[in-house]
Amino acid sequence: MRYLGKKLITLIMTLFLVSAAVFLAFQIIPGDVVTSILGTEATPEMEAKLREELGLTEPPVKQYFHWIGGILRGDLGVSYRYSRNMNEMMPVAELIGDKLPVTLWLAAFSFVLILLISLPLGVIWAKSANPALDAVLGVLTQASMAIPSFFLGILVTYLFGIVLHFFVPGGYVSYEKDFPAFLGYLFFPALSVAIPKIAMTARFLRNSMLTQMGADYVRTAYGKGCTRRRVMYGHVLRNALMPVVTFLGMIVAEIVAGSIVIEQVFGLPGIGRLLVSSVNNRDFPVVEILILYITFVVILVYFLVDILYRVIDPRISEK
Amino acid sequence: MKPGRKKQNPYLIAGMAMTGSAAGLGLLGAFWTPFGTTAMSAAERFQAPSLRHLFGTDNFGRDLFSRVMQGMGTTICISLLVVLFSAFFGILLGALTGYFGGVFDEAVMRVIDAVNGFPSILLALVMISLLGNGRQNLILSLGIVFTPSYVRIVRSEYVKLRDADYIMRARLMGVGKLRILFVHILPNVLPVLGVSLVIGLNNAILAESGMSYLGIGVQPPDASLGNMLSDAQGFLQSAPWYALIPGLAIVWIVLGFSLFGEGLRRLGE
Repeated sequence: MRYLGKKLITLIMTLFLVSAAVFLAFQIIPGDVVTSILGTEATPEMEAKLREELGLTEPPVKQYFHWIGGILRGDLGVSYRYSRNMNEMMPVAELIGDKLPVTLWLAAFSFVLILLISLPLGVIWAKSANPALDAVLGVLTQASMAIPSFFLGILVTYLFGIVLHFFVPGGYVSYEKDFPAFLGYLFFPALSVAIPKIAMTARFLRNSMLTQMGADYVRTAYGKGCTRRRVMYGHVLRNALMPVVTFLGMIVAEIVAGSIVIEQVFGLPGIGRLLVSSVNNRDFPVVEILILYITFVVILVYFLVDILYRVIDPRISEK
Repeated sequence: MKPGRKKQNPYLIAGMAMTGSAAGLGLLGAFWTPFGTTAMSAAERFQAPSLRHLFGTDNFGRDLFSRVMQGMGTTICISLLVVLFSAFFGILLGALTGYFGGVFDEAVMRVIDAVNGFPSILLALVMISLLGNGRQNLILSLGIVFTPSYVRIVRSEYVKLRDADYIMRARLMGVGKLRILFVHILPNVLPVLGVSLVIGLNNAILAESGMSYLGIGVQPPDASLGNMLSDAQGFLQSAPWYALIPGLAIVWIVLGFSLFGEGLRRLGE
């Protein structure tokens, strides 16, 4: 419990530091926001008024606490590029609100696919003594790691969408309208995110299992008369899964990154596409919030992996 | 094995052949291409691959073979610069932190731990949004993003070697610190660094083409394999070769470098 508390404090400290770093980074960039919104034609009065509205006249430290305080209360600031109507700028919260579920579902779907496919595949691969299977899996996993995710997405679109007609490319259905259809459309993007990670995880699990199979305790277990099945699943797999859990935690961060690109390929209106367009438009309030949000998710996942690790392996907490 | 006979290393040969052909085409593309890379021709839009246009033509009637040549050159050149940048700063920081240790080392390593936890494409996006679009900024951002991995590798080698006997002796003989760092230790770090440079090149190529695909790296009308793919995506049904060819070109280069890296690693063993 004490450990948990300590970890939680580190978590909050890290978030605080990251938010300060993000804020600072966007403070020192060259170029004036006000000019970029209003254009060079604006009068000094108009500029002064907007500066006041955006709170840019305050000292940076005060601006930071204003910003972070706003975030804690749910006020994420306003976008510099999108507007709700002629006189009102679009609040970032509103901009992100309906895009977030798309990305989260995509990431969750990919993660489930990775678990469902890579774990059995890794076990079968480790157990098999068949050199042909070994070679085929070796080549397949190597190849799928050499294909960049966006090209993989295009290949999946071509094969399953255009040649086989399994889905209509670009035929995205909103989750609010028809949830099953939404998940159905999400299957192929999720698969595109998952394929390289499946290859990595299966390889990793196989190597981890092969290392464990040579350990002394395996010989002892066989010596005691355990069946192969029991040795494999009760002893080897359990030990082999330890490093895989850490690996899967790291993969979550990669899935988030992978979905940024895959959203672009499949035309999914998620936060990845918003991030890319905001980077291109230099819409800093949106970029700041998205980065902070993704950081939060990544740190949270590492935190959970840490706890999970202790649950699976009681030896760690004894140290 | 018979003495005097070299061990076969198919990885190295295949890797060299693949990367060599790509680099050669790219280099040639900088000086000569069969057609102009931005020359449009309305009469020859969406031509399937043929003898006249080996890889076909795109939606503006531009010759894809010429554009792939230029794109390969751009991609490889940017990736090389990225790797040079990050390796230079990686060696510098890694040598200083590894050899001297102390508070500076601790601080640098904490920052690197934090940075390493994040996917590189995300960091690069952040850097680009700070610096703005364009080729130089892309090189700078990716260079910064890839630096930590080199710092880590170089640092661990320096930590291993700083107390080696020959370094102690050099120190006793009064050799200067800079000389010890870069003349005595650095050559011993190079073999380990060599393999990671090739792997780094691979990651840089993937990152560059990814960024260009997202419209953040090389800007049109300049050809890069990434931005060709993103242009081609809309025509997947009518002109599949338009998307498949630049994509396969990326895979070709990446696979080539990973085979090359594996070959180098086996050579070292």
